[in-house]
Amino acid sequence: MKDPDSQDQRLPSPDGSLETPMDRRGFLARSLPVPLTLLTVLQGGQQEPDQPKPAEAAPYKASDHNYSMGIDPARCIGCGRCVEACKTENDVPREPFYFRTWIERYVVQTDGQTMVASPNGGIAGFPPITETGILRTFFVPKLCNQCAAPPCVQVCPVGATFTTPDGVVLVDEAYCIGCRYCIHACPYGARFLHPVSHTAEKCTFCYHRLVKGLIPACVEVCPTQARIFGDLNRRSSPLSRFMRMNQIQQLKAHLNTAPKVFYANLDGEVK
Amino acid sequence: MTDAFQPLMEVLQQVKGYIYPNEVELHWGLLIVVYPYITGLVAGAFILASLERVFNVREVQPTYRLSLLTALAFLIVAPLPLLAHLGHPTRSFEIFLTPNLHSAMAMFGFVYAWYLTVVLLLEIWFDYRKDAVVWARNERGLRWFLHRVFTLGANDLSPRSLEFDRRAGRLITLIGIPSAFLLHGYVGFIFGSVKANPWWSSVLIPVVFLFSAIVSGIALIMLLYILTSLVRRIEIDMACADKLASFLLYALIVDFSLEMLDFIQRLYEAEESIHILSQMIASRLFISLVVLQMLLGTLLPMIALALISPAFRGQGRALVQAPPELRRLVYFCSAILIQMGIFSTRWNVVIGGQLFSKSLRGLTVYKMELMGLEGFFMSALLLLLPFLLLYLLVVVLPPWPDKEVSLEAVNADLLSAGQTGQPD
Amino acid sequence: MPQQIWRLSIVFGLLVLALALARLFLVPETFGRIGHYRAAAIDSIAARKIKYAGRRACALCHGEVVTNHAAHRHAGVSCEVCHGPAAAHVDAPAEVRLTAPKQRGYCPLCHGYDPSRPTGFPQIDPVAHNPLKPCVSCHNPHAPEPPRTPEHCGACHGQISRAKAVSPHATLECTQCHRTDKQHMISPAQRRPSIPASRAFCGQCHAPEAASPKDIPRVDMSTHGERYVCWQCHYPHFPELK
Repeated sequence: MKDPDSQDQRLPSPDGSLETPMDRRGFLARSLPVPLTLLTVLQGGQQEPDQPKPAEAAPYKASDHNYSMGIDPARCIGCGRCVEACKTENDVPREPFYFRTWIERYVVQTDGQTMVASPNGGIAGFPPITETGILRTFFVPKLCNQCAAPPCVQVCPVGATFTTPDGVVLVDEAYCIGCRYCIHACPYGARFLHPVSHTAEKCTFCYHRLVKGLIPACVEVCPTQARIFGDLNRRSSPLSRFMRMNQIQQLKAHLNTAPKVFYANLDGEVK
Repeated sequence: MTDAFQPLMEVLQQVKGYIYPNEVELHWGLLIVVYPYITGLVAGAFILASLERVFNVREVQPTYRLSLLTALAFLIVAPLPLLAHLGHPTRSFEIFLTPNLHSAMAMFGFVYAWYLTVVLLLEIWFDYRKDAVVWARNERGLRWFLHRVFTLGANDLSPRSLEFDRRAGRLITLIGIPSAFLLHGYVGFIFGSVKANPWWSSVLIPVVFLFSAIVSGIALIMLLYILTSLVRRIEIDMACADKLASFLLYALIVDFSLEMLDFIQRLYEAEESIHILSQMIASRLFISLVVLQMLLGTLLPMIALALISPAFRGQGRALVQAPPELRRLVYFCSAILIQMGIFSTRWNVVIGGQLFSKSLRGLTVYKMELMGLEGFFMSALLLLLPFLLLYLLVVVLPPWPDKEVSLEAVNADLLSAGQTGQPD
Repeated sequence: MPQQIWRLSIVFGLLVLALALARLFLVPETFGRIGHYRAAAIDSIAARKIKYAGRRACALCHGEVVTNHAAHRHAGVSCEVCHGPAAAHVDAPAEVRLTAPKQRGYCPLCHGYDPSRPTGFPQIDPVAHNPLKPCVSCHNPHAPEPPRTPEHCGACHGQISRAKAVSPHATLECTQCHRTDKQHMISPAQRRPSIPASRAFCGQCHAPEAASPKDIPRVDMSTHGERYVCWQCHYPHFPELK
């Protein structure tokens, strides 16, 4: 059923330069009306529309970029596709103890208690809520915050974890001695020890995809665009608009790790 | 799921509240409890030895060499729990090659190397050199070889040379005291500087670690002195034992005060983490913290020593007069309780810091294995190994006062060999 | 120089030499080139194989499906969410075929009712909603708009509808208070229903002089909470809720 109506009562009318109707990006565009071209839809909407095709692209220059992610918990439906895609893309062990990203469900009750759960990281969705007397409930995706002042890099005794010139914190699997100090230093629980390689591991923003001009797997598959990936060096990008239009919070800001994952309208119960 | 993950599945079942999914696996287990315990003993034993050398506490002279050898035996074993714990022990030399100067843990390699070579080995060398030279002259076979190698060929026994030994030893002990502080203080800093963990992140942790190290070191030497005297059927010098007990009590009082200060300040400030930490102490850590560390490990020995030892009123005038046999028994039992208490302290810091979630919403459990590198038996072996090493050291370099080569013996040796201070 | 110093210097000199040699030969070549780490690590991480091809890749061959898909309600849902990682298929399209989840269990991962999901997100009760029929028999996944436009507001606003159904407002139609265009059922975000703007709206039934059935509770509109709009205290879908 095609969408015959392209007029928006409350939003600026889209420019009529294309034959195909505009896409609305789901039902939750109330705060982020992003005029989109079909090309942008094909590219996943997170890329700069004018990026050249990979075959003709200039060699990747890391220092041109400063990667970051925005998360809108109001859009997250807790489907767990991101957790699944991440584990597939990065060969993360499937056991429920190793996650590069995961979803948390918060149930704030009327009696003041808050229940939090993340069954197997949310990879297969969530079971029905058993709590009653619910005041608020929502999902929050979590991942490595790729901090600009990372405590994990600070404590690594040998220099096995580091920040790349494009703002991504990586682990050198061939150099890590497996002392696990970085896992303790991370305030967000983003790191784990890989059971086979016995080295520390964590979200890399799918670095192997970034250098090819792609976006991280979790952003790729999110059905409601709750994750917005981008380059802080670019003013014209969905991430830049996200930062402009929303009240932005970071996790554990008081620890001064300068996280580069920004949450929009984050509930105070989220730690 | 394979059997390898069965222990983690069991932990998952016992989680209370909410923990981050990656926190199910507890990363620093028994081995990392053993490591600060061992380096604490090293630092404590050395500080005790330095009491005699630098502060001229004559009474503890009989334990001087024993303290040094004990420190050495434990220091040699110290890296072993770390190596057993690493994911890649064969890459551990990277700490020496490319240390990250921002990391407290990177300092391990250098502080350890410094302490082992420049402080401990040098001090033992300077102290035993003349003895080794004299002993070697009347020996044969392996003992002769070991002693000759030990001397590094420095056979000069002239008064000038011996005076140099004495002054060099004193200087090294002087350097050694802050080095011992650094050796164990940096371990405390490794924990104290982790802002992500409210149980660890504290200015007091390095200081508490240091004083509990001094307590455990003195207690260990007390134990060893009593035990070795019994084994060798030598009369225990009660002045020495009383002095050890006095210093033990002073250190215990300071240590207890610091721990109480930390506890009171946490309760008073009652910042965000207080809820989950109180829950943790009341449930997961009750036995190891309140019973083993506080009551049995600190308060009980402190009261016993305060009553029995002459710490406050001087030799022969304790609060409660007791015959030497009773005093020895109380010292011995107190020292054992203290070892248990200090081990519990390390346990409560290391394991305790991982029993609650960084989300401050849940508690997990520590499942100690029996077998395997991270298991109980491995740690028990690592704790017994230093005593074996100490035995070997004691055989090669006897620390007993009666075995020590006196100046008269050195002069007699010089005369008999026709030496006039010329090197070999 | 005292004999001791001589001998010790030799030993220490050997140790320092050993460390220097170790540093010379054992430190990896690329270490320190960019920062305090092995620069080659970046290359080895960047060289990993990708599993998800990305949206652009599908359009190169499946243009028609993608164009159609982009014009309907699942436009924001990437192809690989349902069809799985496609990089292998892009490299060898004939050998590696992708599947599509046709069983009922898959769609409720997103669309099964969950109160934590944003209100208005299309949710159904997976047990009660057309039981046993595969979802795809009524909903084309590339154009998933339901075959019949939902008549009842509760189809998308389940929680509100269920709360209202047990409240004193149960007999009220949603449209009594929310003026709703039929277009809202088709493009919900673009055509929003109206919401009452003032206290006088509630007063149409609840003011003492209102021409409404006698059993409706009355309230003196000039004094009762006169600084606020009614719904700041009374949840309109369940007004008795304290």
